[in-house]
Amino acid sequence: MPKDGGIGASTTRREDVRFLTGKGKYTADINVFGQAAAIFVRSTVANGVIKSIDTSAAESMPGVLAVFTGEDFVDVGGNPAGWLINSRDGEPMKEPKRPVLAHGKVRHVGDAYAAVIAETEQQARDAAEEIIADIEELPAVINMADALAGDNYVHDEIGTNQCFDWGWIEDNRAATDEAIKNAPHVTTLELVNNRLVPNAMEPRASIGTYDAAGDSYLLQTTSQNPHLTRLLISAFVLGIPENKLTVIAPDVGGGFGSKIYHYGEEALVLAASKKVGRPVKWVADRTESFLSDAHGRDHVTKIELACEKDGTFIAFRSETLANVGAYLSNFSTATPTFLHGTLMAGNYTVPNVYVNVKTVFTNTAPVDAYRGAGRPEATYSIERVIDMAARELGMDPVELRRKNFIKRDQFPFTSAAGLEYDSGDYDALMDKMEAIVDRKAFEERRKASEAKGKLRGLGINAYVEACGIAPSNLVGVLGSRVGLYDAATVRVNATGNLSVMVGAHSHGQGHETVFPQIVADMLGIDPASVDIVHGDTSKIPFGMGTYGSRSLAVCGSAMVRATEKIIAKAKKIAAHMLEASADDVDFAEGQFTVKGTDKSVSFGEVALKAYIPHNYPLEDIEPGLEETAFYDPANFTYPSGAYACEVEVDPETGKVTIERFTACDDFGNVMNPMIVSGQVHGGVVQGIGQALLENTTYDENGQLLSASYMDYVMPRADDLPFIAVSHDGGTPCTHNPLGAKGCGEGGAIGSPPTVVNAVIDALQSGGKNVTHIDMPLTPARVWAAMNNA
Amino acid sequence: MASVTMTVNGKSVSGEVEGRTLLSDFLRNDLHLTGTHVGCDTSQCGACVIHVNGAAVKACTMFAVEADGTDVATIEGQANADGSLNVIQQAFQDHHGLQCGFCTPGMVMSAAALLKENPTPTEREVREYLEGNICRCTGYHNIVKAIMAASGQDVSAIAAE
Amino acid sequence: MYAFDIERPSTIADAVKALKNEDAQALGGGQTLIPTLKQRLAMPSALISLTGIGEMKGVCLADDGAVCIGGATNHATVAKEAAAHYPGLAGLAANIGDPAVRNRGTIGGSLANNDPSACYPAAALGSGATIITNTREIAADDYFQGMFETALEDGEVITEVRFPVPEKAHYQKFVQPASRFALVGVFVAKYADGVRVAVTGASENGVFRWSEAEAALSADFSAAALDGLTVPADGMIADLHGSPDYRAHLIKVMTGRAVTAAA
Repeated sequence: MPKDGGIGASTTRREDVRFLTGKGKYTADINVFGQAAAIFVRSTVANGVIKSIDTSAAESMPGVLAVFTGEDFVDVGGNPAGWLINSRDGEPMKEPKRPVLAHGKVRHVGDAYAAVIAETEQQARDAAEEIIADIEELPAVINMADALAGDNYVHDEIGTNQCFDWGWIEDNRAATDEAIKNAPHVTTLELVNNRLVPNAMEPRASIGTYDAAGDSYLLQTTSQNPHLTRLLISAFVLGIPENKLTVIAPDVGGGFGSKIYHYGEEALVLAASKKVGRPVKWVADRTESFLSDAHGRDHVTKIELACEKDGTFIAFRSETLANVGAYLSNFSTATPTFLHGTLMAGNYTVPNVYVNVKTVFTNTAPVDAYRGAGRPEATYSIERVIDMAARELGMDPVELRRKNFIKRDQFPFTSAAGLEYDSGDYDALMDKMEAIVDRKAFEERRKASEAKGKLRGLGINAYVEACGIAPSNLVGVLGSRVGLYDAATVRVNATGNLSVMVGAHSHGQGHETVFPQIVADMLGIDPASVDIVHGDTSKIPFGMGTYGSRSLAVCGSAMVRATEKIIAKAKKIAAHMLEASADDVDFAEGQFTVKGTDKSVSFGEVALKAYIPHNYPLEDIEPGLEETAFYDPANFTYPSGAYACEVEVDPETGKVTIERFTACDDFGNVMNPMIVSGQVHGGVVQGIGQALLENTTYDENGQLLSASYMDYVMPRADDLPFIAVSHDGGTPCTHNPLGAKGCGEGGAIGSPPTVVNAVIDALQSGGKNVTHIDMPLTPARVWAAMNNA
Repeated sequence: MASVTMTVNGKSVSGEVEGRTLLSDFLRNDLHLTGTHVGCDTSQCGACVIHVNGAAVKACTMFAVEADGTDVATIEGQANADGSLNVIQQAFQDHHGLQCGFCTPGMVMSAAALLKENPTPTEREVREYLEGNICRCTGYHNIVKAIMAASGQDVSAIAAE
Repeated sequence: MYAFDIERPSTIADAVKALKNEDAQALGGGQTLIPTLKQRLAMPSALISLTGIGEMKGVCLADDGAVCIGGATNHATVAKEAAAHYPGLAGLAANIGDPAVRNRGTIGGSLANNDPSACYPAAALGSGATIITNTREIAADDYFQGMFETALEDGEVITEVRFPVPEKAHYQKFVQPASRFALVGVFVAKYADGVRVAVTGASENGVFRWSEAEAALSADFSAAALDGLTVPADGMIADLHGSPDYRAHLIKVMTGRAVTAAA
């Protein structure tokens, strides 16, 4: 049993109190004395040449302080892509400049080409309407295949709409082709991984404050990683020295990827604050969020699975077109490549894998990492084609997967897609899932549904993913332009309580509760005496932020390392106090004890001694008790899972309802089961949303048809059942000190194919020869598929 | 500009507002009650749900002028008199019914309105009542569980942790 | 939003007078109008709020048994107070939008706007209701004139809606999953002199009566009576959520379910 409040306890969250009482401080809640308001003027056409922008009328409107256009930023840098991907022929990717405000051309509906700063938001809006922009509309590039075939370029200067043509692993291409050519059975599936809008409930917001006295800047912003934002603004966009720029991400209302990236609005409010000499605040409305937040997914894939007649897998081969939108967002080139292609062996011993990805510029909002980022796309492709193969081969879908699973005793296992999975037990997960689902009783449940006139289907799925991003040496080879370590400082205050400064940012993950559980457990103290400080670049050594299920595995590990340093130093101080050798001092339950004696001092006494170093060996030990560690993981972590979904389909309307959902995950060692379950619930429902509800639709002119909650279908409480979740007994990660694997994304990775597999099973049970429907499986699509079958 | 006076969380407040001033803006900007959040512009997300004369409404879809003379309750007034969490708030904490916290004030206010109308709602009734409150973090699982627990129902049998 | 004034008259007469000003616009519960104003798609000089007019609020029974609903009565009130008199209507009101919307949105606002996907137009047309304004009474059959179009003149205010109570009625709504408006909604009401079937959400011309179904159901009030009938897809709405064919199909399915539920 876990210690009360320590590692493994379902401690309730301390941060809840402020959120439940309305005392959270989100960026939009912050008002700075003297602040002015910024409003962005966004393109209403998807592709157009900016002939001229006349701001004179706007500038003379009441309350207007300044008007900016792209012209004002031609001399500053652009927002870069964080990963350099090379094409199969070795050519580096095409990397068009992404300016603060559109200049020369607008490239998607919502592309900001001007900004108005005024005393009030309404005055800024009034003035924005007086900006006269002469924009010559051009035909929009929307469909990816058309984009590659045509000569209408999103970025004229690169002379193509293809960003890169990537092969993974290129050296395996010929062998994979040969294996498929000679295979007794090949299942082929063409599918769409639908574009999604992340839709954190808090819209983006930023406040820029320039302090002329110190020539310094403060940016308060909705960010998952304030240090990266500072780095990008400093090194690439505005050139503000890092020591002159503080970035604070206060309470942030969800991210899911969309707030990883630096956006032009952040640079604008900083530059504007300097120009007008006032703090400048911008808060997006939801429509702006739909138009300008980075979107997710948007792959079109052909996947092939070659196998023996007995179902033994021989090869996976896939070809994917991945939409990057109009500009390269920070992680947009990593998402469809190294976060996708490397997972294309799935949980299987398949010997051959080859993945080809062509990324395509279109006149749509930029596409980047959204919860799961590349891995949901991989899992969806693999697990849908396996389900189809099982049907073609007349095999049970569970048995086909088991037949090809990497077995427990095969770890560490290097997959045919090049990753070394450190640990896992896929059969055990499947066993657990089957037990919870009670497959034997499924036929009875199906009959009960049929008696109501409904079709019932059972879909199952296995997944493995790579997260805890990321080993810097490895990702450096793969094209990353940053390191992906994290950092923590553990500061023991003189009176024995702790402030722990961490690079990970908490925006729903519960770090403020879980991280103290770990430190307190290690030190044998009350978790209430440990506080986490996050989200402020002026207080924290460094950090690469929260995404890719990395906070615990990477930043948590840094925190463990720093705490170990604290213990080591405290032991020396204790040894001095106890007049013993440090080697003879044991530390347990918050007490330093000389081995074999009853002589001991408490952690608190040692802390006080460190800050009041009287009778202290100053020549050997520095005063104070504060340690910093940077932790760079040796490998990704590899969570895995077995999921099951049961649906009912109304054959008259095509409406699908989720009747049961079971998620069995292996997240290694779990720090707080309650919070981990919450992560799974949320991820699963985002995956159900992708599978059944959410679609992002641009028309042929590049107008976003699903630009509000009136048309973009968010999962609601009444769309869902309770989710059965299990994550005990996981196989620990072998290379981080907590044995923990990332838990933030598994739900969103494992669930979409589970749902689609279930719907296909239901339709097949009703005699409909439907083998695939592209997500989202809306009632209209399901009905149409049934009627065309 | 128009003068408005209303009772907010038991205290009488007054202000000068434009016709177009939304009640959510008045609460947030004039009264500094920023617990009422704005997550959309189409009256869908429910992050701004408050009570006006005891009824749940979306504060972003009502003008401040229309609230003149009313009794308004927001998330800031929900805790017990001694500052401790009320039954619903406590159930949200106990059952992990929130993650990022942005939708939470609206969820709590909707839950309070539900339990006033229907003291022991079924799972289905809770889910349907939350039709106008969007959460992106929790998958609603623990929100529904928390509300049922706040109503005094035994939720220990609800799907495995 | 552009700037405007808000007036809150307490009588119908004062409201009508205020609405005579150029660019003045009536404000019911605002659940559609306010989002529209936020997008700066309307530019009224003044909004005349109708929700403070006591004589326009409430549910009562007329001498002939009809249910009379004040134009400024919100959906939640109808759901509650009409339940004993006209459960089909109350059931419809109980499923408009969400609880917070139902506490603000009004029947008069919904009917005046005549959104092609709104629920109330189906109830009014399906019940053969009478729309009573400050100047006249309009039969529902004359009132709805196409998408967002009604017989209302500028400045005319819906003060009351009078619903004859049928023997049986039911509303079946297949929701558009994002907006929660009707993708297709069918209101079926069986009166002594025949059955009325009104369809919302489906047609580019807004709410309409499905006369073939009315004839069939008047002869035999069962879902089976619809066998053999089809709704032509011509003129049905095509959008992200459904094709004209799909909507036409759903009309029949929802009509059948409404009949079964009502019977």
